[in-house]
Amino acid sequence: MNLYGVRAIYLFEMARMKRTLMQSVASPVISTALYFIVFGSAIGNHMGDIHGVSYGAFIIPGLVMLSLLTQSISNASFGIYMPKFTGTIYEVLSAPVSYVEIVMGYVGAATTKSLILGAIILLTARLFVDYQIVHPIWMVVFLVLTSLTFSLFGFIIGIWADGFEKLQLVPLMIITPLVFLGGTFYSIQMLPPFWQTVSLFNPVVYLINGFRWAFFGVSDVHMGVSLAMILIFLTACLGIIGWIFKTGYRLRS
Amino acid sequence: MQPHISVRNLSKVYSGGFTALNQVSLDIHQGEIFALLGPNGAGKTTLISIICGIINATSGSVSVAGFDNVNNYRQARSQIGLVPQELSTDAFESVWNTVTFSRGLFGKPPAPDKIESILRQLSLWDKRNNRIMTLSGGMKRRLMIAKALSHEPRILFLDEPTAGVDVELRKDMWEMVRGLREQGVTIILTTHYIEEAEEMADRIGVIRKGEIILVEDKAALMTQLGRKELRLQLLKPLDALPDALRSGSLSLANNGAELIYTFDTQKSPSGVADLLRTLGELGIGFGDLQTRESSLEDIFVGLVKHPKTTD
Repeated sequence: MNLYGVRAIYLFEMARMKRTLMQSVASPVISTALYFIVFGSAIGNHMGDIHGVSYGAFIIPGLVMLSLLTQSISNASFGIYMPKFTGTIYEVLSAPVSYVEIVMGYVGAATTKSLILGAIILLTARLFVDYQIVHPIWMVVFLVLTSLTFSLFGFIIGIWADGFEKLQLVPLMIITPLVFLGGTFYSIQMLPPFWQTVSLFNPVVYLINGFRWAFFGVSDVHMGVSLAMILIFLTACLGIIGWIFKTGYRLRS
Repeated sequence: MQPHISVRNLSKVYSGGFTALNQVSLDIHQGEIFALLGPNGAGKTTLISIICGIINATSGSVSVAGFDNVNNYRQARSQIGLVPQELSTDAFESVWNTVTFSRGLFGKPPAPDKIESILRQLSLWDKRNNRIMTLSGGMKRRLMIAKALSHEPRILFLDEPTAGVDVELRKDMWEMVRGLREQGVTIILTTHYIEEAEEMADRIGVIRKGEIILVEDKAALMTQLGRKELRLQLLKPLDALPDALRSGSLSLANNGAELIYTFDTQKSPSGVADLLRTLGELGIGFGDLQTRESSLEDIFVGLVKHPKTTD
């Protein structure tokens, strides 16, 4: 295995994060802090507890997920799209690195950035709301699996995209609405029965609820189902990436 | 001796149906400078990209130092350094970091001394902490070379390396290329500056419409296909060539004031003595004469217009 190659890609991507600290970390932290102020403190004070959890604390897993999903996709898609856009991808493609090593470098860096971001958001939340984590190990498992899965998904988008518009399309037009409608700010049990059923087709519901279960021990769906859903999505992403590299789709064509 | 690079029946058809390469076969030997010439769109960059592993071939095979570049891609690619035609760089990265990145990518452990030596050799040491976006075009071109050399390749591809580079820097680059050749590095270059190929290359390959139409030792090519031209400034202009001078090798120019005789450099005797004797017999005097040997550019233009396939 070309570990020096993996290291080179990983460090290069982490250096890009340092150069774009405002965009990578500060911006999502600020927007999340605003959500806590508006929904957690201002509106939350007039809301009752949900599943025995104060509203301010209830929205923490969903808000972390919102940033985690969008930033994982954004970081990974930019990471692979920019070399394609600038033409520097030639160097990676001509280097003695395997597909697995390329993915390890780019997706590993994007996952690391998301985990750092997730940790910062959790610390930021602490400034606004007092919360306990009932299952800390499971919380970390969900955090890592979600970051990894959506970084893989972002990597796919970065290869598929042939313009900046497409790069923004999925996070803005698909992920953000799914997260908002996936129970970030409410329990799906608060919805009418029809919309509860519709919500179950939203994969983000399972991510948020699994994460929420790790925090508070309560959720709308069983954590086992949440874990299974994320593993299915992870497997699907790995399968698509394998196909991309096997065929050279939009890379070596 | 086993060729350093062996290309066999290589074809590339892009998804739109365009055939960029058609059954290309080519051997490149260790330690030689091989110049690949061809007009725009002939398939030079596609050929290089397939050898380097950047794009997939539709059919055919490539081996590098005996390693198949698909099945044994690690061994094959680790031999190669590529200086692409485009100045593709990460504008916000520093010179030092980008060269370090290239070395790591090719599986080499960090070697600051080695990178320092390359940057000094290419006059980039003073710029090591500068962002790439602050470099001039010539510096960026040198940086591309530094990146390609960072992992100490045994084969170096230079795709139009001196495009847009000033004369002094161009000479420096060719000096460096000669130095690499002396170290046993195989060099494959494409260039539009044919005089460079003429000056540098050991062998010349000409590609046209995705097919290799000629591969030849440069000196042999110049001898085989080179032509010489004798121009005589006549004392009195001629209205037409006298019957005794009517042949495909003679023509009039400048309203009959100049007689041009074209002959093969390989032909012996050249026919010049016979011509001068005939002119004397016909009483045609001349005040001056010049000879000119055809350049590689003339040969190249002739080949591309009227291809001659060789083995």
